[in-house]
Amino acid sequence: MPIVNGSGETSNRHQLNKGVWTDTGAPADAPFNVIGKRMPLKDAFRKVTGEGVYADDMKFPGMLHCRILHATKPHAKIISIDTSKALALPGVRAVVTGDDAENRFGVLPVSQDELAMAREKVIYNGEPVAAVAADTEEIAAEAIWLIDVQYEPLEEFLRPRSSLKDVEPGLQLHEKVDKKHPKTNIHKAVDQEFGDVEAAFKAAASTPNAEFKFDGISHGFTEPHSVVAHWDADDRLQLYTPQQVPHYTHRALAKVLNLPMHQIQVIRTMVGGGFGGKSDPFQHEMIVALLSMRTRRPVKVTMDREETFLTGRGRHPTESKVAMAFDKEGKLLALDSDVIIDGGAYGSFGVVSAYYNGVLSNGPYRIPAFRYHGKRVYSNRIPSGAMRGHGSVNPRYCTETLVDMAAVELGIDPCELRLRNFLESNTLTPFHKFRITSNGIREGLAEAMKRSDWKNKYGKLPYGHGIGVGCAWYISGSALPIHWNKLPQSTVHLKIDMDGGITVHSLAADIGQGSDTMLAQCVAEVLGVNMDRIHVKSTTTDTAPIDLGSYSSRVTFMAGNAARAAAEEIRHRLTDAAARLTGQRGEYFDFVEEELVCRSKPDVRVGFMEALHEAQADIGALIASGSYQSPPLGSTFKGSNAGLSPSYSFSAFIAEVKVDPETGFVQPLKVWAAHDCGKALNPLSVEGQIEGSVHMGLGQALTEQLRYRNGQLLNSNLLDYKIPTPFDSPEIEAIIVESHDPEGPFGAKECGEGALAPVIPAIGNAIYDAVGVRMFEVPMTPDRILKAIEKKQREEAK
Amino acid sequence: MSKHLLNLKVNGRDIEVAVESYHTLAQVLRNELNLTGTKVGCDMGTCGCCTVHIDGKAKLSCLTLALECQGAQVRTIEGLNENSMHPLQRAFAECGGSQCGYCTPGFIMKSCELLEKNPDPTRDEIKAALAGNLCRCTGFMKIYDAVESAARGMRSDAPARTPVKAGD
Repeated sequence: MPIVNGSGETSNRHQLNKGVWTDTGAPADAPFNVIGKRMPLKDAFRKVTGEGVYADDMKFPGMLHCRILHATKPHAKIISIDTSKALALPGVRAVVTGDDAENRFGVLPVSQDELAMAREKVIYNGEPVAAVAADTEEIAAEAIWLIDVQYEPLEEFLRPRSSLKDVEPGLQLHEKVDKKHPKTNIHKAVDQEFGDVEAAFKAAASTPNAEFKFDGISHGFTEPHSVVAHWDADDRLQLYTPQQVPHYTHRALAKVLNLPMHQIQVIRTMVGGGFGGKSDPFQHEMIVALLSMRTRRPVKVTMDREETFLTGRGRHPTESKVAMAFDKEGKLLALDSDVIIDGGAYGSFGVVSAYYNGVLSNGPYRIPAFRYHGKRVYSNRIPSGAMRGHGSVNPRYCTETLVDMAAVELGIDPCELRLRNFLESNTLTPFHKFRITSNGIREGLAEAMKRSDWKNKYGKLPYGHGIGVGCAWYISGSALPIHWNKLPQSTVHLKIDMDGGITVHSLAADIGQGSDTMLAQCVAEVLGVNMDRIHVKSTTTDTAPIDLGSYSSRVTFMAGNAARAAAEEIRHRLTDAAARLTGQRGEYFDFVEEELVCRSKPDVRVGFMEALHEAQADIGALIASGSYQSPPLGSTFKGSNAGLSPSYSFSAFIAEVKVDPETGFVQPLKVWAAHDCGKALNPLSVEGQIEGSVHMGLGQALTEQLRYRNGQLLNSNLLDYKIPTPFDSPEIEAIIVESHDPEGPFGAKECGEGALAPVIPAIGNAIYDAVGVRMFEVPMTPDRILKAIEKKQREEAK
Repeated sequence: MSKHLLNLKVNGRDIEVAVESYHTLAQVLRNELNLTGTKVGCDMGTCGCCTVHIDGKAKLSCLTLALECQGAQVRTIEGLNENSMHPLQRAFAECGGSQCGYCTPGFIMKSCELLEKNPDPTRDEIKAALAGNLCRCTGFMKIYDAVESAARGMRSDAPARTPVKAGD
């Protein structure tokens, strides 16, 4: 299997799966045109020059500025809201409250539990309560403090366990809760059991088990939330928003505003980082829309950093009790986990989170017996949601730690024990029938072991210096869309006119991960043309066909396939035109370097432009549409759809750390990060995704945590919420493993999320190798590590 | 509230602008002068997105009151791109040093100050210079690559690479 080294050169060009390129007969070993090349992002020059336009950079004639008033109580009845003083302030044009929008919304059709602004009660400290549009930001900021809100406090649910109990209906945060627990604040409970778990534990030689605790974390994107709405003179709403999923915002706006979808245009601005934190439809999007409809003026809101933290949707705080069973050869027999995840105030993606926390533990190892009890609860804390590696990251820390504990107990090298349990390629998982196609995890782990000199380091480094391993897998897009309908998950349109420019229309959101570049590469590859012919328009719902957007690591796989399909339709027409021009009917033409070359007579060739103009005869611009829909997959039991994907990525990471036993401070030295992404369409971007994932995982591992007191977020700024700086960050060696997926575009799978989860256990296991303590609380802060070291010393002294 | 007249040079141009005493340089650059390449990520000096040069020194424009810049020479990301792209801008694009791009102008301005003082920095010197800038996308590796690549290019005055074409 090819391993791409640091310079991005593929050391083995052999293609494992024939026919991955096009269905028109290109040989499997054909050299790629632009696929696999290190490509700067198509919008990079706009970003490095400051030309790129983000939402807060936008200005419109007559634009008003909005500020939002947030709740100051975690759980309270709203007795009254008096906006009269705010409205009387000169320069204030409109004030809105929850009474102005009664329709509930939410990203999942099953959890429509958000309001544009709170009505009757507030359910977290920070929830939007009212908003002002004024001539200047200063006036708006002054006005919101003139709004008088009277609260009557209610019992607060600030610990996830307190949400499990039965309460009076008035104390339920939402009307709709889990059907099996109708009087509680449990949002969604998932219970699954397959195989004989009890028997497996009885027969086991090693049964590592532990209780784990994870603090909540935030996406920490650098661009604060910012949106502009304009209810224009044609009675249409134009919403400019840095959205990962413009389509879901489009749907939610229509519902909240009681408008047909076509009366709304959502325009994605440049997105200054998302990581899942810009994938829900948001209250502030609804609020500026309401204010613009009221004033008929453009209205902008730009949140400060504290408000951005309070908007939330980060990784769920989690409490897990997990046990695994192994036989004496280290063969995995069973996994049993009981998990409570704190959803905070809203549903968000939480039903999915409740499933993912369990079912995504069915890889990268074969689990012959599986039990999972998961509860996602509502609480009076900031809403949790989807964050990079959604639902898979915290449970992955648990299982990878327990696998390591078993390895130590059984006297087997932790890497060797993992190699004994990996899923194979081209297989199904036992119960959920997750379909594994290509799988490069063995090659990845072997390469990471080799490069890190694992065999000479593991267990052999001096006290305070250690090395650890962590493995993971992740979906390449959810096979089942959130909205159950017959529409494809991705559609891409192409338009080519006589100027020779190729316009790609898509609603896949480029959020900095480089999806525009990926779409351009897929099209350029099929048509054998230069990248600078391709112009990607992926911002605007009026012109772009629906795509379900940038989450669940779906874009390369799904939108990439749709782009390829559209380009192939154009290719057929250009082939016909070339055949007409040359009299070579029925011959195969290769598309190489802007020429169409007759395969059987290589001297017969037609320039791309000549073929294009011939193909355009009588019809004008060439237009094509391509789409992608997942094949039918999975099992038939209720809830079996969660975790299904047309393909899965795999990763194997090794981390080396130093731990100061006097202070508990961890210095990560190096991370070897092997990630199987199928074919690396753009190795520069793939490395960037892996390195970024390592950095973000490292933050969760060591320093990042959302801290609360009485329901108030204490560290809602980038000084106290500690994202690793250059000094905290290790050297990262991204190792691209190319396994060539049979269904991914040109063999590609995901690389943006799966590479996060293995970092945290690799660090945790390295800490164990360094100082002999197991960390069951994440982040592994110096005080926690010190406490663990002291506990161990006390126990040893006894 | 009365406005004050502020005179300064921005990217080589003489500017006269009326500002409130509480306006920051970042606000004046973005809102009054339409130089929106300077980004505001935290507005409290913790992320480095708003870094500009004031009299040749990299400073946080969100923590600098506009009126402190009376008579000063200010250079922003737009000022690096007057006639042709600065080698750092090119290198950040080509080395993958910019993903979402929001922190990029700040990183480039800070790196530019470094290379003007130290044309051949070690990786540790680059890290030290950039320690006050936050990037959430890249894990910093490709940013270091970009600074090193630009430094090499500026030392040798090597012609800039051109974007990848078909068949390269």
